[in-house]
Amino acid sequence: MNRQIVKLFGFIVVLFAILVGFTSYWAVFDAEALKEQEANKRPLLEQQQIRRGRILAADGTVIAKSVAKGRGDERRFVRRYPEGSLYGHPIGYSFVREGDSEFEQFHNDQLVGEESEFSSILDELRGATQEGNDIVTNIDPAAQRTALEDLEAEGFGAVVAIEPSTGAVKVMASNKSFDPNRVPFELEQLNRNVIETPLLNRATQGLYPPGSTFKVVTAAAGLESDVIGPETTIDAPGTLEVEGQPLNNDFSEDFGPIALDTALTNSVNTWFGQLGQQLGNDQLFETMEKFGFNSTPPIDLPDDQVYESGVYGEDGPLSARDPVDLARVAIGQERLLATPLQMAMVAAAVANGGELMKPQIWKRVVDPDGRVSERLDPSEYSQPISAESAAELTTAMEGVVSEGTGTNAAISGVAVAGKTGTAETPSNRACGGGLDENQAWFIGFAPADDPQIAIAATVECTEAFGGDVAAPIFRNVAEAILNGE
Amino acid sequence: MISARNRELTALVPVAVLLTAGFAAVFAQENTRLDNLSLIYGAYFLAVCVAAHIYLRIRLPDADPYLFPLVALLTAFGLVMIYRIDDSLARDQANWFVLGLILFALTIQFLRDYEVLERYRYTIAAAGLLLLLAPRLPGIGQQVNGAYLGVKIGPLAFQPAEFSKICIVVFLASYLREHREVLIVGARRVLGVTLPPLKHFGPMLVVWGASMFMLVFIRDLGSSLMFFAAFLALLYVATGRFSFVVIGMAMFAAGAWFFASTVPHVQDRIEIWLDPYASPTGSGYQILQSIFAQADGGLFGKGFGQALITIPGTDDALLPAAQTDTIYSLIVNEVGLFGACAVVLIYMLIAARGFKIALLASDGFSKLLATGLTAVFAIQAFVIIGGVTRVIPLTGVTLPFISYGGSSIVANFVLLALLLLISDRARREAVEPGGRAQALGEA
Repeated sequence: MNRQIVKLFGFIVVLFAILVGFTSYWAVFDAEALKEQEANKRPLLEQQQIRRGRILAADGTVIAKSVAKGRGDERRFVRRYPEGSLYGHPIGYSFVREGDSEFEQFHNDQLVGEESEFSSILDELRGATQEGNDIVTNIDPAAQRTALEDLEAEGFGAVVAIEPSTGAVKVMASNKSFDPNRVPFELEQLNRNVIETPLLNRATQGLYPPGSTFKVVTAAAGLESDVIGPETTIDAPGTLEVEGQPLNNDFSEDFGPIALDTALTNSVNTWFGQLGQQLGNDQLFETMEKFGFNSTPPIDLPDDQVYESGVYGEDGPLSARDPVDLARVAIGQERLLATPLQMAMVAAAVANGGELMKPQIWKRVVDPDGRVSERLDPSEYSQPISAESAAELTTAMEGVVSEGTGTNAAISGVAVAGKTGTAETPSNRACGGGLDENQAWFIGFAPADDPQIAIAATVECTEAFGGDVAAPIFRNVAEAILNGE
Repeated sequence: MISARNRELTALVPVAVLLTAGFAAVFAQENTRLDNLSLIYGAYFLAVCVAAHIYLRIRLPDADPYLFPLVALLTAFGLVMIYRIDDSLARDQANWFVLGLILFALTIQFLRDYEVLERYRYTIAAAGLLLLLAPRLPGIGQQVNGAYLGVKIGPLAFQPAEFSKICIVVFLASYLREHREVLIVGARRVLGVTLPPLKHFGPMLVVWGASMFMLVFIRDLGSSLMFFAAFLALLYVATGRFSFVVIGMAMFAAGAWFFASTVPHVQDRIEIWLDPYASPTGSGYQILQSIFAQADGGLFGKGFGQALITIPGTDDALLPAAQTDTIYSLIVNEVGLFGACAVVLIYMLIAARGFKIALLASDGFSKLLATGLTAVFAIQAFVIIGGVTRVIPLTGVTLPFISYGGSSIVANFVLLALLLLISDRARREAVEPGGRAQALGEA
């Protein structure tokens, strides 16, 4: 029997070696991934014992702060949001049980003062307590308030305002918003609310048909590829037969041969449909992708909370190789879906002479001693179009506001460039299934000759046109920003 | 040459020092009482251990010198961990430690001729099965987390499976000692597979039936697994037929699969094991938190008393059942991978000593009994550590000598007493002049 006993012991040794192997895996090799798990509250619990840094608006308004509760070993910090739902998006929330989201999640390491492994060990030896850094954002409180109040008056939707030269995000409002202070008590109700979806940041997660605002991208592709010049005319009949279905202008109006200015000012579908067909898949998709389509926008929010814009097939955005109805993509229809952030990036790129800057919400990080430890260094994302094409496009977009579909966006004494959009969304369940529901859009920038702000505004489920509901929101928000400076 | 008992005594001193240091660390963390209380605890622990040692010196002078210090080390470690969770629990545990030592001494006193157990093997088997059944009996049975594990008679509550495992091993060792020859000789090959003779295999089927019974009526996957594994280990050692083990495993797997798909509790346990993230705040909470606690520990751990067990500011458990089921995760959390490896190593050393006793023993019953007791002990450690590290489904089995729980401590001290009884005789025979196996070496 002795031989079997020795073998049995060998087997037991193998079993124990498996235990050591699994323990090593959890404790060391997989430890980092486990700490990232949503269900793992330990990192947050440890963090609540340090004072998390504040989040401030550009003017110093406190958006989020931590207050101490209890004392001694029991002392912990709880997050407070003095402005309530105004900054529900894009700031998000951070609580121990409920986890964190949006800006709070993305900038977590800075807010808790996370340092390199080595220096934190040194701190521990010195007995120093870890302290969080404050983050000052680019958000303009007056404009943010204007945007959210306007949206609340008009319906669900979003507004994004970006400073074209730096990519600084000055407004990101999403209606329906939520009060982060209520998250510990109502997270489940908020999650269950699939009609208002208050936790969804519509600015980055709302995928909407962009409608005619997308004509700016089509025009940019045309100019950039020299398929058209500013004077090139295309004959624009009232109706065009595309893929067996008629493509109409509003009221089937026949414009005859016209150039870009007239086509954009009157948002002529048959003109842009033909331009799209002349461009071809490769050219249109190349320009789209340079504007940021088919990628997660490079903003400082968690990747899973920022959606890609593009022509959505069964398995996500399609590429230039996939067959699409180019004429309808060119006028923002087909299966094309875009986020308000993406359309604001289009406006910002045109405004900035064709150079698209990375949109960023944060501005600077201030350490516990009051020193600025990091400062936003504006960086280029891409150069979708040349300065020349941008100038030509700007002229055309000015026509939209001065004499076209976007006159409601006009600001007295300031030249405004923009584009309206009204995508029909009949039988949309989110809108209650009505047949006359539209997705109303306005994108643009001001002043046209020296752009300080580029804005995308959109309203869901409205029976009105982009020029009637979205353009006034653009105007109010732009005024709030321009007056503040 | 140092005698066995002197070696044992020498080994107990560092154990007591470790306990003292452990308590000192916990006190230092609590910042409140950095006085000589840890020294008092250390001295008290050493005194109890030395008392047991002196008793061994008198009754079993030749018994294995390392087993008792190794067990004392596990107990000391468990006491520090439990104290760090809740000092009143540690007081209970210390009392049970003393009670365990008393039963340890009584076992040695009254079972000096442990062959007597062979005579009562069917009685013992019946007692073991009755103990298993007890949690389902109306009036005294208790259900814990969907499994029937506990018995409560008046103020006395205990987990009968802990004692039942000893009874079953004693029965199996005795039965297999008598029938191993026929099991080997009577085996025949059918289609290239060696099958045991059916006539003598009846009682073996009873063990399989008991394991299945536990699965269905006690709903205790962990104990079921532990019992059956011990049975297979003994069957293998007794017959040397690996094919029997394979057949046994197939039978267990088939039975477990059948019941897993019919008994909801068992099914749940397996589903949680396969995909704990399906319900991270519900049924998957314990295993996930167990793993997160280990991830939090890393290589060196956070130090005694530093890990989070409850959510600060509340009484909600962050690591559920930290003093029993998931104590190993807490160990990884506080003393890291290195500390946990040390614990696993101690269990392995105990297994090594136990099997060494089986090797040294001259008669079949002693050999099989020592093998069975060692195997069931080692497998119990594997089942719970494997459970909290997601090697196998997590079930409510205690970590021997470390987990909080009177039944576990007391039963495992009885198990240790039996091992030392076998060891004492085996080593005395080995060193006596004319004794058989001088060549087996001094240990």
